[in-house]
Amino acid sequence: MSWVTTTLSSSLGRKVVMSLTGLFLCSFLIVHLVGNLQLFKGDEGQSFNEYSYFMTHNPVIKTISYLLYTSIIVHAVMALVLTRHNQASRPVKYAYQKPEANSHWTSRNMGILGTIILIFIVIHMRTFWYTMHFGPVVLNGETVTAGSIPEVTYDGEPIKNLYAVTTFAFSYLWYVVLYVVSMVALSFHLVHGFQSGFQTLGLRHKKYSPLIEFLGTYGFGVVIPALFAAMPVFIYLKVHHILF
Amino acid sequence: MNIALKVWRQKNSQTPGKMVDYKLSDVSPDMSFLEMFDVLNEELSHKGEEPVAFDHDCREGICGMCSMYINGRPHGPETGTTTCQLHMRSFNDGDTIVVEPWRARAFPVIKDLVVDREAFDRIIQAGGYVSVNTGSAPDANDILIPREIADEAMDAAQCIGCGACVAACKNASAMLFTAAKISQLAVLPQGHAEHQLRAERMVAQMDAEGFGACSFTGACSVECPKSISLDHIARLNREYLGAKLASNNA
Ligand code: HEM
Ligand code: SF4
Ligand code: FES
Repeated sequence: MSWVTTTLSSSLGRKVVMSLTGLFLCSFLIVHLVGNLQLFKGDEGQSFNEYSYFMTHNPVIKTISYLLYTSIIVHAVMALVLTRHNQASRPVKYAYQKPEANSHWTSRNMGILGTIILIFIVIHMRTFWYTMHFGPVVLNGETVTAGSIPEVTYDGEPIKNLYAVTTFAFSYLWYVVLYVVSMVALSFHLVHGFQSGFQTLGLRHKKYSPLIEFLGTYGFGVVIPALFAAMPVFIYLKVHHILF
Repeated sequence: MNIALKVWRQKNSQTPGKMVDYKLSDVSPDMSFLEMFDVLNEELSHKGEEPVAFDHDCREGICGMCSMYINGRPHGPETGTTTCQLHMRSFNDGDTIVVEPWRARAFPVIKDLVVDREAFDRIIQAGGYVSVNTGSAPDANDILIPREIADEAMDAAQCIGCGACVAACKNASAMLFTAAKISQLAVLPQGHAEHQLRAERMVAQMDAEGFGACSFTGACSVECPKSISLDHIARLNREYLGAKLASNNA
């Protein structure tokens, strides 16, 4: 075996793959969040549509998006490989255990939390990515559009009106609930995952670790999932004229 | 004190084991947990039953032999202690105490509460040493080592190889043990010379023994009788990754 395969098949090497893909996904979250914050603007979706157009037509972004899809798959496959290996390491279980005495629940349930996120990603991609690329699409038994995604024209340029697709999807309560629950899972996954990713790479130092812990807990654990969760809630309330 | 015990009994590695109930009365709160087991075993011998086999040696918290998984935690409810240093005053009159052996694929049960921890020895044999014999100890201050570094090495060197880290970990990972054994040498000049090969070999052996990977739950460090820090696991990750990327070893 070459040194590369030896490294990647070792327990530490596999964790490095988890960490690099996981932290890359974390960096993507920031970009995704900043763009999607356009949904909160009161301009009937113009900023959001223009942002979506940019994201789907810029060659650099397109290349990065393939890296992103690969990362999700590699992260999930490696999670499965590691989880099975870890379970096999203790064939006979304890009769009585008190794990809460020595560790946090999130750190012990990364696989379950990750699985919820994976299911979410599939549904999320089906609703938006698939619709955007291969619309028309049927949501809840209703056809979104007759021929293709509706278009809007800004400054004489017609572009896909993804804002309409988004507001349509988030007009359903069950869909909003699904998003909020998934963001809770994401929060728990990242409260542990962000810090753990740095530990796996050996990046631990008394000068920087408190900052990493702070960012992981409040940035990735609270602020980012909360803002993502606020989007479907906001649109639901807006579409149904409940608050706005 | 009156104590009810549920103890794992297993004849040998081939036969399946089971939990067996025992009752003890007049247990002194000043007894150590192992002394309480001595009393139980004496009663069992008087009754003509097989005493419970358990590992112990120094009974002063330095050898690491006394492996017992007590009420869901290695070495029982106190932190920073071994089973021999645990006292019955940590329990209440009338308590039921569940006692199991360490559970890990790499630590097979030999009998009752005794497990085979030779996997740890093989990890050490894979590289946890300095291979050149340099004769007797050098004079003090012959090799200058900053106080901070000496302390760091000493913190790691406190590991007594008890295996509580493996027992506590949800993945039965031996990362804390291996990290301690790598750290204690890597930070010192004598050990630094072979640090790359050591990290590569010891991790390979750790994996070959069937221990799990690290999920950074931190359970090991909390349950470690010597409170070995997770800093050492970060160093092990750095050492291993650095060695794989930069060493000349195949
Ligand atoms: C696709 C679904 C996902 C699954 C099945 C999954 C599963 C897991 C599992 C099991 C671990 C722990 C590995 C271990 O402790 O041994 C983990 C770690 C991690 N995950 Fe995920 N995850 C998923 C999605 C995500 C997403 C979307 C992100 C980021 C936005 C992410 C970020 C991380 C990070 C940073 C770590 C820490 C890596 C480390 O401990 O070194 N994961 N994931
Ligand atoms: S690291 Fe701690 S728990 Fe693990 S073997 Fe060493 S002393 Fe025991
Ligand atoms: S018997 Fe030696 S540490 Fe407990």
